[in-house]
Formats: sequence, structure tokens, C-alpha cells
Amino acid sequence: MSGPETGLAAPDAGSAASPVPPAPRGDRLVSRVARVRELGIVAALGLLFGFTGVVNPAFLSFDSLRDILLNSSIVAMLAVGQTLVVVTRNVDLSVSSVVGLSAFGGALIMADNPGVPVPLVIAGCVLLGALCGAINGLLVGVAGVPALVATLGTLYTFRGIDYAWAGGRQVNAADMPGGFLSLGSASVLGLPLLALVALAVVLVVGWMLRNLPAGRELYAIGSSPEAAVLAGIRVRRRIIAAFVANGALAGLAGVMWAARFGTVDATVATGKELDVIAAVVVGGVAIFGGSGTVYGAALGAVLLASITSALAVLRVDALAQTAISGALIIAAIVLDRLLALRVAAALRRRRYRDAT
Amino acid sequence: MVDKPPVLALRSVSKSFGAVQALREVSLELYAGEAHALAGENGAGKSTLVKTLSGLYRPDAGRILLDGEPVEFHGTAGAQRAGVAVIYQEPTLFPDLSVTENIFMGRQPRTRLGRIDRPAMRARAVELFGRLGVPLDPDQPARGLSIADQQLVEIAKALSRSARVLIMDEPTAALSGNEVARLFRVVKALREQGCAVLFVSHRLEEIFELCRRVTTLRDGAFVASDLIADLTPDDLVRRMVGRELEALFPKLEAVPGEVALTVHRLTREGVFTDVSFEVRKGEIVALAGLVGAGRSEVARAIFGIDRWDAGRVEVAGRRLRQASPSAAMAAGLALVPEDRRQQGLVMDLSIERNIALAGLSAVRRGALISRAAERDRARDWALRLQLKFSRLSDAVGVLSGGNQQKVVLAKWLARKPSVIIVDEPTRGIDVGTKAEVHRLLSELAAEGIAVLMISSELPEVLGMADRVLVMHEGRLVAEIPRAEATEESVMAAATGRNAA
Repeated sequence: MSGPETGLAAPDAGSAASPVPPAPRGDRLVSRVARVRELGIVAALGLLFGFTGVVNPAFLSFDSLRDILLNSSIVAMLAVGQTLVVVTRNVDLSVSSVVGLSAFGGALIMADNPGVPVPLVIAGCVLLGALCGAINGLLVGVAGVPALVATLGTLYTFRGIDYAWAGGRQVNAADMPGGFLSLGSASVLGLPLLALVALAVVLVVGWMLRNLPAGRELYAIGSSPEAAVLAGIRVRRRIIAAFVANGALAGLAGVMWAARFGTVDATVATGKELDVIAAVVVGGVAIFGGSGTVYGAALGAVLLASITSALAVLRVDALAQTAISGALIIAAIVLDRLLALRVAAALRRRRYRDAT
Repeated sequence: MVDKPPVLALRSVSKSFGAVQALREVSLELYAGEAHALAGENGAGKSTLVKTLSGLYRPDAGRILLDGEPVEFHGTAGAQRAGVAVIYQEPTLFPDLSVTENIFMGRQPRTRLGRIDRPAMRARAVELFGRLGVPLDPDQPARGLSIADQQLVEIAKALSRSARVLIMDEPTAALSGNEVARLFRVVKALREQGCAVLFVSHRLEEIFELCRRVTTLRDGAFVASDLIADLTPDDLVRRMVGRELEALFPKLEAVPGEVALTVHRLTREGVFTDVSFEVRKGEIVALAGLVGAGRSEVARAIFGIDRWDAGRVEVAGRRLRQASPSAAMAAGLALVPEDRRQQGLVMDLSIERNIALAGLSAVRRGALISRAAERDRARDWALRLQLKFSRLSDAVGVLSGGNQQKVVLAKWLARKPSVIIVDEPTRGIDVGTKAEVHRLLSELAAEGIAVLMISSELPEVLGMADRVLVMHEGRLVAEIPRAEATEESVMAAATGRNAA
């Protein structure tokens, strides 16, 4: 049999250019929902800003918006990394500990060695994060430990190393070079530098996921692990790569954290992994893999940060804020599930119609 | 054509899994431009052979020859590189990704910068479907495709890989008449173009229409390799079965009593429509049809696992509440599911615990479960069903398939049901145990239990059933009494080829 180019003549089709039928209704519904997943978050953001802005116009001021961007950029970046892992039908709970380790490690080195070049420290932190990610990747991809368990283990392990390293010490802003701290507060064209870094990460990773074979293979692995093996995808290698990339981004996020907050101890970012996963899920990334985009995940992070800010501006009791955030997350996921069920029902009906 | 060496050949290949010899000294030769049929009953070793050719299994003994040279396939990737493509009965696509992405996954065309060349990829997908003569939408996600369309995506994938050997594992099992005709047009075109096709099927007329040679397996052993032209359908059946049908299926005569189960105009939107039938006490009614015809779905709805949208179910004249397995069980229904590993058993639990699982109230003493009662009950049923085991406390997972099936049966029989639904009761179990399961079902009917048996094995359907109901694409299309049920009449109804 010949190759695709020299190819086989068609069975009964003399015409090579067979017309593609317009997508039937069910498909349009599917693609619409796929797009709505991101559009829905944008709409939710619009609603939130509209409502809160009416109650308290200060919410829409430049400073307030800038704060929200700044507050969401670290989680957004972590959400991008987490998406890489989640689309492969895995999860990384240890990111917050990696952020903590990187933030404290970077800060300590700068405090102890005043002359060390800042770019070198940043590179070192990214590398440290990648190393942590590699450990997760090896546990999941090679040893076959379920990601939930493996990364729960490393969550404690990395944090424990952080505690031991710090020994109760705290690094203050005064101990770090001013050039480094200014990275956390600098603006370019009025936009916070950290937000621009996060935006760059979102765009680059989003482009890679869509346009590089390796990116598509991550989706394939999450969509059907068995079919991925049959398609000759090197599943282990890809899963390890996803964890390493996520770790590297967590390492970078750690440096950003240190630059932004200035005061760093061993407890930095504790519990943040849940915010990150919430952002990913709210952003429409399927928790069982195979679909979702980093744009959605990043928007999810912005939405969650906005909700927090809005609740404060609306003078909602601080103690109730967490519960309300949680309720909104559940609402987002219930909505998502309902849409998915409707799509499934539409497809079922269409297939039946076609068959009869 | 015959002077050339075969493109792909097996020489005395054997493969066993533990104590089970799945293939014994099997030889097979595939020639370019020929379709070669692989025939045999379920469990004859066809799937194992396919998996060996696709590189999934490595043979324990024997050789695989590619263009006359011995080769070893290291995994499926190796077989693919050698030009061997497999179309499985249930295609293995990525549901979340588009048709185009499914075809080219792992081998996407790229631009010079290394990014995926989406326009080129899409154009090639359109071209492939053009050549196959099937207008599929390349942008559609694979999730919404019918099995037939998914197979075509798999074939397009094989074409894009320049496959020289196309292995099709029961591709027609789940297709309607039109879809089969379309598939055959595609396969014949591939054959004309010099592709070697291995066509696995147990449908005689398809084998005779499409193939030049046929290799028959029985219980894992090589029976014969013949030119189709030298065979009659009867010869082929004899090679496949190799024994008299009646001997295998000891059917006891039973006098049907009153109606035990009534299904009236049952509909689940998009799955099955307007299904009505009755099963009487002492009767074995077979529900036949192709995979995907909606048989298991009807059983699931009756038992309350899935909802129905219209119609009703009555057990002994009393209407059954919908979507409640516990109500169904209380009414005397039992369901032995199709997939015993996933749905029928808790593999890590012991034999006795599994048997007690569906009737915990019977082994309860106050709030606690009595181990002694559990054990007594298990011992009783193990004896009655001639279960082969070393200890009742062993995990069910260590038993053979046939004995696992007996445990599932015991679990439900211990509840003394009035109606038992068995879904593919003998799938994947050895011939000896098969006969025991058949004897058991026959005895149950003789005791006055109503038996509804879903089965894809025609000999089983014909041998066991008092009546055969046939489903096709979600509808009940025929009811055939035992005297008139033949392989042809059931198959014709199941494939929708006559509107009976």
C-alpha cells in the first residue's frame, strides 16, 4: 500500500475534493459551549465589575484594577502551570510548597550574599522549582504513584525542607537588594511588571499548547491514556515534562512572591494550591483531563481575585468571604456540569437521528 | 500473487496467560491485495492473535515474518512502523480532540518553525476522507461520532500512516446494514490498491463476500487455512464449531407459567424506543442483536440503573418504580451484568463476601454481619454451582473467568429471584464452564424462574432460548419462537436487513 501522497484512489469517489458537510446542530452546540467556557468567565467578570462598580465606583479606579491584576498574577501563573498537569489527567498539589521553597531560598541567598546578581538568583529559583517538578514527575510518570497521593506527599516534604532550611528565620525587605524588590512594584506603561510577566507566560504557554505537537499530546494523554499509548505517544516523558514545567513556573512564582511582598519566611504561600486548582477548574479546564485552556485558567485566577476584592469593597463580613467564594466556585462548576450534560444529551439524540 | 512472499506471516505462534493457552501453534499468511478472514467462535483466540500482530503481546513461541524476514515488534509503535494498522471493534480515539487531530496525533505536519501546520493538516484530512468517499467533518470532536464513523477515522489514520497491513477486529459487529456496505466499499478499494487486509468476523456472508482466504481458530488452536473458493459456508461452520451444537446446550423442556416480567413500550430517548415484551415463569427468553443495539441498556433500565423516559415495567403484575435498583431487587429481579470485573464483582474481596454482597440482610445478626452466616451461604452456593476454589476467603480476582461468573450468579441466586437477567453470561469463559452455566440457566428455568438472556453468541441464543427477541438500533424488530430461530433469521433481523 502506498503513502498518503501517492496514495490510494478512492473507493467510489472520483472527486478528491469531497465537500465537507456543514456541522450538524450538535456540533455547533459543542463548539459554542467550548467557546462559552472562556466567554462565561468574561461575562462573570463583567457582571462582577458592573455590580460592584455601581455600588462603589472606587472599585473601578485605576489603582483598584491595578491591585486586582497584581493580586491575581501569581495565582494566574501557577494556574497556567497547573493546567499543563491537569490536562494530562493528573494534579499537582505541591505547588504552594515549591513556591514557598523558592521564595524563601531566593530571598535567603540574596540576604546572605549581597553581591549576587539578581538574574542568577531568578534562574536558580526556576531551576529549583523544575527540580521539585521532576521529582513529582518521576513519582507519577515512572513509579506510577497516583498524582493526588504523590504530590500530597511532596507538598509536606518540600514544605518540611523549607522549614528546616529556615529554622524559624525570616528575611525582611531590608535584607534584599533594592533592584530586586523594585521588580515587584515596577510598572511598564502603567501596568505592573509582575502582571506583564504572568501575561507573557499565559500567551507563550497557550501558544505552545495549541501549536506544538508536544502540547497537543498532553491533551491526548488526558483525553484517553490508552489511545495515547496506541498512538505511539511517549506518555511518561510527556507527563514528566508537564510536571517539570509546572515546577519551573512555581519556582518563578516564588521569586515573584519574594519581590512583591518583601518579607519572606518558611510559611509563604501555604494553602495556595487550592486557590490554584480552583482557578483552573473555574477556568473551564476539565479536572479529568483532555480539555481546557491556559487562557481560561488565567481568567479563572483573575475572577477569583476579583471576587475577593469585590467582597471587601462591598463590605461583606470578612469571615463570610471565604464561604461566599466557595459558593461561587461551586456555582461555576455546577453550571459547567449542566452544560456538559446538555451537550451529551444533544449528541445522543443526534447520533440516534443519524442512525435511523 | 502467490509466488510473492506474504507481506506478514505468523509461523507456529503460541501465547499463554498463566495457565490459559490462548494461542497454540497458529500460522497465518497475509498477501498484498488480499483480504484474509480470521474465523472462530468467541474465545477461539482471535483477539489474542490480533493483539500479537499489533505488537501488544509478544509471542511465547513461534515467529512473525515481515516480507519473509523474521521481525519482533516492540510494542504497538514497532508494528506501526512496520506498516501494520489495527482497527479495533471499539475504536480508540481521543474524545476531546477533533477528527483531524485524531488522525495526525503524534505525526502532525509542521511548518519550518516546528509549529503544527493546521491548514495543511486539515486539508490532508479532507483529502483522506475524499479518497475514502466519506464526507466526515474534520473539525468535529470525536466524542459525537457513531462507531461506524469512528472506524472510518481509524482507517483514515491508517492510510495517513501508509499502512500496508490493515487488521480489522470485528469491524461490522456494531454497524447497521448501510454502514456495513459503506465499510465494504472502503475495504475493497484498499484491497485493490495492494493493501493486505485481515478481516476478523464470525459473519459468514461477510467473509464470503470480502475475502480470498480464511483461517479458522478453535479454542486457541489453528484449525485450517483455506481458499474461500474451496469452501461452502457449512464447511466453515464445521471448522469453527467442530462439535454438535445440541450437545453443548442441554436445554431442559419447561412449561411456561404465568407472566413474570412485563416490559411495556419502554423508551429511553436516544437509546432505545418502544420496547415491549413479556417473560413467563420457566421461560428462557434471549435478547439478541448486534453490539450497540441497546440490549444492555434495556436491561439496565429494567433493573433501575438508568432512567426511562416513557413506558412501564411490571414484575408479577406489579408496576416497578423507575431508577431504583433496590426496588427492582425487592420485587425479585436480579441482574448479572455484562462486565463482571467492573460491574459484577469486587475483585479484591473474598469469594464469600462477594456472594453475600447482594443479600446482606440475610446474613445480618442485629446490626452486624455474621461471618458464620456469610460463610454458610457461600459454601452452599459454591457447592451447588460446582465452584472451583481453594478457600472461600480467597480474593475473587484469583479465580478463572468462568468461576468468577459463577460467583456473580451465586450472589444473585442466593437472593432467590423470580426474574433473572443475564447479560452475556458466558463471555470470555472456557467451553467446559460455559456448558455448566448453560445447564444452570436451564435448571433455573425449570424451577420456575423467568430468565432473560442477552447474548451475542448465536449458538448460545439458538441452543438455550425458548423465544428469541431481536433488537436493532434501539428497537425490538423481531420475536422468533424456538422452532423458527435459525442463524439466518436472527442475523437478518439483527442487521436490519429484513424489516421483520
